[in-house]
Amino acid sequence: MIELRHVSKQYRTRKGAFDALIDINLRIDDGDMFGIIGESGAGKSTLVRCINLLDRPTSGSIVIDGRDVTGYQGRELRAFRNSVGMIFQDFSLFQQRTVLDNVTFPLEVMHVDRGEARRRATALLERVGIADKAQSYPSELSGGQQQRVSIARALINEPKIMLCDEATSALDSRTTIQILDLLRDLNREMGVTMVHITHSLDVAMRVTNRIAVIDRGRIAEEGPTDEVLTSPQSETTRLLIAHSKGTVSDEEVL
Amino acid sequence: MAADFLLQGETISRLLVGLSVTLRISLVSVALSLPMGVLMGVLFTRRNPLLRAVLRVYLEFIRVMPQLVLLFIVFFGSATMLGLNFSGEVASVIVFTAWGSAELGDLVRAAIESIPRSQYDSAYALALSRRQAFLRVILPQAVRRLLPPSVNLVTRIVKTTSLCMLIGVVEVVRVGQQIIDFYRFDYPYGALWTYAALGLLYFAICWPLSLLSRWLEKRSS
Repeated sequence: MIELRHVSKQYRTRKGAFDALIDINLRIDDGDMFGIIGESGAGKSTLVRCINLLDRPTSGSIVIDGRDVTGYQGRELRAFRNSVGMIFQDFSLFQQRTVLDNVTFPLEVMHVDRGEARRRATALLERVGIADKAQSYPSELSGGQQQRVSIARALINEPKIMLCDEATSALDSRTTIQILDLLRDLNREMGVTMVHITHSLDVAMRVTNRIAVIDRGRIAEEGPTDEVLTSPQSETTRLLIAHSKGTVSDEEVL
Repeated sequence: MAADFLLQGETISRLLVGLSVTLRISLVSVALSLPMGVLMGVLFTRRNPLLRAVLRVYLEFIRVMPQLVLLFIVFFGSATMLGLNFSGEVASVIVFTAWGSAELGDLVRAAIESIPRSQYDSAYALALSRRQAFLRVILPQAVRRLLPPSVNLVTRIVKTTSLCMLIGVVEVVRVGQQIIDFYRFDYPYGALWTYAALGLLYFAICWPLSLLSRWLEKRSS
C-alpha cells in the first residue's frame, strides 16, 4: 500500500517559491491501477516522483506498506527503489546498450550472476513480446517496442510498485492500446501496483480502477474511475472531460 | 623538373624531422589535454557557482586570446616576469595544453549537459547511486557525442602548431622555409613547390582524422 500523508513540495525558483504540491493525502491499495490525471503543470509528475523519492517532499511523508520511507538515504534508499519500477514518456533506454543489456543492467549493477541475469531478462523480454529484438539497439526499434523494453527493464527486480510517467504519450493510438493492455495484463499476472500519470482520459478509462484529479498542486477529486468520469464532482474534472470531447472553447479554459 | 630539389640531399629527411616536431608538440598537448579537459568539463557541470565562474573566466580568456599571443606570453613573459626559461617546445606544449583542455572542457560540458534529464531519473529509479549513474549511464553516452568534435579539435591543434616557429621552434613549416631559403637562387619556383609539399604533409595527417571524425559522427547518430 502506498500512502501519501500531507505531502507538500515547494520549488525555489528565481521568481520565488512555487508550490508544486499542497497537502496531498492519498492511499493506493495493493494491486490497484491508479491514475493521476490533470493538465500539464498541475503537479502530477512531481507527485509520482515523490513516491520513489526522485523528488523529496518539502513536508509530509511517504509511507509504503506501513513504513515511512521519506527520510531514506544511501543504501536504504537504493534498496527501496529496487522495489519500485518506473517507465517514462521518452522510454529512457541506454542507447549504447543492446535491448538485452538494457534489461540486465540493473542486475549487473547489483553483481547478479551473468547467466542468471540473462535468463531472467530473456524470460521478461519473451513476456513483453520483444524477445526477437534482444540483440538490437534501442535506436533500431519503434517507440512501442522501446517502451516494451523499458517495461521489461522496470520489472527485472520484481517490483511491487510500478510508476508510469506518461508512458504512452509519445505513441500512436494503436500502439498506446497495445502497451496499455500489456500493462493491465502484467498488473493482473504479477500483482504489481501501478500508478499511471496521464493527461488523457482515454488512457485513464482504459486501464485504471481509481483516479485522482490534480489541479494546481491539489487533489480536486478522487475515486473509482468510472464514477469520477461519469459523475464528476469538481469543476476541474468537468473541464477535463469537456476539453477532451472538444466541447469547450479556449476562453472557457482560460 | 623544377621540383627535383625536394628529392635532393636531405630535404625529405629534414621535412620529416620537422614533421616529427609538429607531431610531438601536438600529441603531447593532446595527451595532457585529455585528462585535464575531462576533469574541467565534469567540474563545469557541478552546480558550484564559484567553480563555474573560475572555469568560465579561464575558458573565455583562452578563447579570446590569439594562440600567437599566448605563445609570446608564455615564452617571453615567463622569462622576463618569472625568470623561467622554457624552451620553445615546452612553451608550445604549455599553450596548446591550456587551449586544448579549455576547448575540450567545454565540449565535455556540452556533451554531459546534452544527456536528457530522464536518463538520470531512470538511472536513479533503477537504484543506481549518483556515482554509478554518472560513470555507467551518463558518461558512456556523453563520450559518444564527444568523440567527433574532439577529433576535430585535434586537427585544429595540429594545424595551429605552425605558429610555434614564431617562438623559434623548428617545426615542419619552419623547415620548409629553410629549404626555400637554401634553394632560393637555383629554383625560382621553389617556394611554391615546398609549400605544396607542406600542404601534402598536413593533408596526410589531418585528412584521416577528418574521416575518423565523420565516421564517428555517423556511428553515433
